[in-house]
Amino acid sequence: MDGVILAQASEVNTGDTAWMLVATALVLLMTPALGLFYAGLVRAKNALNTFMMCIAAIAIAGVMWALVGYSLAFDGTGDLIGGFGHVGLQDVTFEPRDGTTIPHLLFMAFQGTFCIITVALISGAVVERMRFGAWMVFAALWSVLVYAVLAHWAFGGGWLIEGGTLDFAGGVPVEMGSGFSALAAALVIGARKDYGRQALLPHNAIYALVGAGLLWFGWFGFNGGSGFSTGNAGVLAFTNTLLTPACSLVAWFLLDLLRGRRVTAIGAATAIIVGCVLITPAGGFVSPGWAMALGFAGALPAYAVIVLRPRTRVDETLDVLAAHGIAGFTGILFIGFFAQQNWNGVSDGLVYGNAAQLGDQALAALAAPVYAFVVTYVLLRVIGLVMPLRVTEHEEALGMDTVQHGEEAYPTGEGAILVMPEAGIEAEVPIRT
Amino acid sequence: MKLVIGIVRPEKANDVLEALYRADVRGVSLGPVQGHGGELDRVETYRGTTVKIGLADKVRFEIAVSDPFVQPTIDALCEGARTGEVGDGKIFVIPLERAVRIRTGETDHGAVTPVGA
Repeated sequence: MDGVILAQASEVNTGDTAWMLVATALVLLMTPALGLFYAGLVRAKNALNTFMMCIAAIAIAGVMWALVGYSLAFDGTGDLIGGFGHVGLQDVTFEPRDGTTIPHLLFMAFQGTFCIITVALISGAVVERMRFGAWMVFAALWSVLVYAVLAHWAFGGGWLIEGGTLDFAGGVPVEMGSGFSALAAALVIGARKDYGRQALLPHNAIYALVGAGLLWFGWFGFNGGSGFSTGNAGVLAFTNTLLTPACSLVAWFLLDLLRGRRVTAIGAATAIIVGCVLITPAGGFVSPGWAMALGFAGALPAYAVIVLRPRTRVDETLDVLAAHGIAGFTGILFIGFFAQQNWNGVSDGLVYGNAAQLGDQALAALAAPVYAFVVTYVLLRVIGLVMPLRVTEHEEALGMDTVQHGEEAYPTGEGAILVMPEAGIEAEVPIRT
Repeated sequence: MKLVIGIVRPEKANDVLEALYRADVRGVSLGPVQGHGGELDRVETYRGTTVKIGLADKVRFEIAVSDPFVQPTIDALCEGARTGEVGDGKIFVIPLERAVRIRTGETDHGAVTPVGA
């Protein structure tokens, strides 16, 4: 009997594989979408650099994932980290990944896109001042030391998943991992020089809305793909990815009305992301009704942190902590109360008579933030000993786009003199430190 | 009565505004301009195309003031805009023949003195 089940489990299913190919592409789209969202929220002179931090995450985290990250996260069932058996994609083949009906290679690619978006998310805490080179070094190390470890805990057979913690699509590694790392990064890098002195406003609210819309679109692959099949769990998570953010939008509208008597566009863009984050851990575990309740109720703590954070000295610039850390925390705990076995086939929560599930969820909600915060804090301090983490005040004033990339997001071309290739590029960028 | 024109770095415009405010100079106009004043050209590259940006973005302040306010205005512009590098900008002071406040028809000294000052 066991043999029969094993034989069935080890076969690649074409329907599941077709969906996961699409889902992987959908999740990859989320990173440029995040770049657009973030670029809209910063000043025009920093728009390109902000976008490029996300593109750099694709480059750096993508390579690190294939080299070591995937192996540490998904090879073996060690308590704290996986093994080195899949280093350099060794033995990652067309054979189905254990426990799924999709090729191992595709499983690796799908998980890689998660690592990439998580690294990109952290950039929101340090935009407009962190040096591009230091960011890439940080991205390389963080994707292995924090993301791969948390992914192993929650997905890869580590102590959390073995202990019974439910995390459907990444409340632990992606949302709490990025959110609390963002707080640590903002503390180490320090505030922008004009923070608290000048109004530092979003330069293009349309970008923020388009970016949020594309993120939502990609999130259907993120949550809907985390069942690794076209089975019930994936369908439930996919549907909840429509319902929860819609409810978060309504809740955000109401909170905006209460606070300022107007519904704001940037608020709406934020609400979409908060809603998607809320349902990320819970997607395949709660009923559509509870998913809607989560969208309404979960918006409140994120909204509160977004209102309160700018009153502090902590320049966690684009509120990654509120939108991802706090919303991910809320979603993880929500499972402990409202998970329903007749929807998910796995476990009940406290409300349905299984109090132990809440304990498992609380453990994850405590462990992930502490690990992410501490390791990120130490990692950035260490990188800071080797290289400067941020640009000089003068360069910050000029803007990151011309200083770091020698390009502008909106070049007018006025006064631009073509340098003929044969003449060579003799002039250097006149920026003194 | 003079018109003080100050051309400054865009990233220093806010510092200039703060300095003017501290000097009790409350009536200003400003806008973006482009110009060249001897600073080094900035090089930008877009794919295969490399260009030197010969015109630098600046912000131009126009401040009409009564005579006692001319020096404080100049001081505030210098204080707010100076970095010590080439490209900090210029200040021009021009005699002003007449000024009229459109709302009230007040002229000259009354017109350049902000309401409530």
